[in-house]
Amino acid sequence: MSSQGEALTSSSYIQHHLTNLTWSVDGGWNAHDAGFWTFHVDSLLVAVVLGVLFLWLFRSVAKKSTVGVPGKLQCFIEMVVEFVDENVKDTFHGKNALIAPLALTIFAWVFLMNLMDLVPVDLLPHAAQAVGVPYLKVVPTTDLNVTLGMSLSVFALIIYYTIKVKGFGGFVKELTMQPFNHWAFIPVNFLLESVTLLAKPVSLGLRLFGNLYAGELIFILIALLGYWQLPLHFPWAVFHILIIVLQAFIFMMLTIVYLSMAHEDH
Amino acid sequence: MNINATLIGQAIAFAVFVWFCMKYVWPPLLDAIEARQKKIADGLTQAERAGKNLELAQAKATEQLKEAKVQAAEIIDQANKRRTQIVEEAKNEGEVERDKIIAQGEAEVEAERNRAREELRQQVATLAIAGAEKIIKRSIDKEANSDIIDKLVAEL
Repeated sequence: MSSQGEALTSSSYIQHHLTNLTWSVDGGWNAHDAGFWTFHVDSLLVAVVLGVLFLWLFRSVAKKSTVGVPGKLQCFIEMVVEFVDENVKDTFHGKNALIAPLALTIFAWVFLMNLMDLVPVDLLPHAAQAVGVPYLKVVPTTDLNVTLGMSLSVFALIIYYTIKVKGFGGFVKELTMQPFNHWAFIPVNFLLESVTLLAKPVSLGLRLFGNLYAGELIFILIALLGYWQLPLHFPWAVFHILIIVLQAFIFMMLTIVYLSMAHEDH
Repeated sequence: MNINATLIGQAIAFAVFVWFCMKYVWPPLLDAIEARQKKIADGLTQAERAGKNLELAQAKATEQLKEAKVQAAEIIDQANKRRTQIVEEAKNEGEVERDKIIAQGEAEVEAERNRAREELRQQVATLAIAGAEKIIKRSIDKEANSDIIDKLVAEL
């Protein structure tokens, strides 16, 4: 629970935990309704720090990697790489130098961002408050902007590769000549296929966001239970370990599947 | 929860991270893994070959050992034969030598006996002659009867 001196209601506690630290081009720090050009500084900062951590770790191992007997860290990193590589090879049967590193980045980065969910909910926000930062939301994947930013990037790659592999005509044909291959059905097909296409990034982003947001919210609710939170935090955290790995894996796997669909003719 | 520019920032960060990963992280790690896989495969092949070689060498060694045993047996056999032969030869030689020595001894003994007999005979003859001389001294010429004495001596 919060140790603030002022009267603290449950709703304000939750509200506080769900508010981002923002900076907007127009209104500056923590302005209300500051429009589109607002940045969630906490989400971005944590995400970038975790991404850099991931890249630094893997890069330092890659630089020192030996063909001979690997160390324990190298073994672990190679295990992750091989796991991703195996999944990519199982699903994607083309030649594309981007897909595997993309999948690895998604898996490791999303996992690390999800992992922030296991940090006790009050720890970092209170530490931030102690040094004068009013709001801090530490789990970037509970921010819809973060998950949609990634899923829309994947969406852009889907469209790019569809056009690159099948040509613009092929892309249009895919949208209009399926599932009913007749000119009269073009409007129906277009409606169906656009929904299918648009559902990909939206579901990809919302799935990750929804899972993590719900998980975080339950952590916050447990934190409101007073002494009852002590036995409850642990089982939920254990259960959450499964969720954070699973969601990272699902995001990676769906990205590979979508991109492999973009490369293949039906 | 409103959609705002965070989305763009996240997308940019995502692009940069993926680019970095593709350029500097993925290739060296995968290269190392693939190189090691090849090395291990090579090692296994070599181990298999070495095992086969070992088996071959063992078979060869066994064969050579067997051959050596046969040869050794042969040599021992030959040596035994040769020993028997040498012993036989030595025995024969010894026997010949013994016979020779015995014969020599006998011959010597015979010669000695002959000589002694001759001497004795001569002495007896001389004695006889001396006796006869003494007896016949007075009447008979010694020279004229010496051939009879010689004949007597030869008959002895």
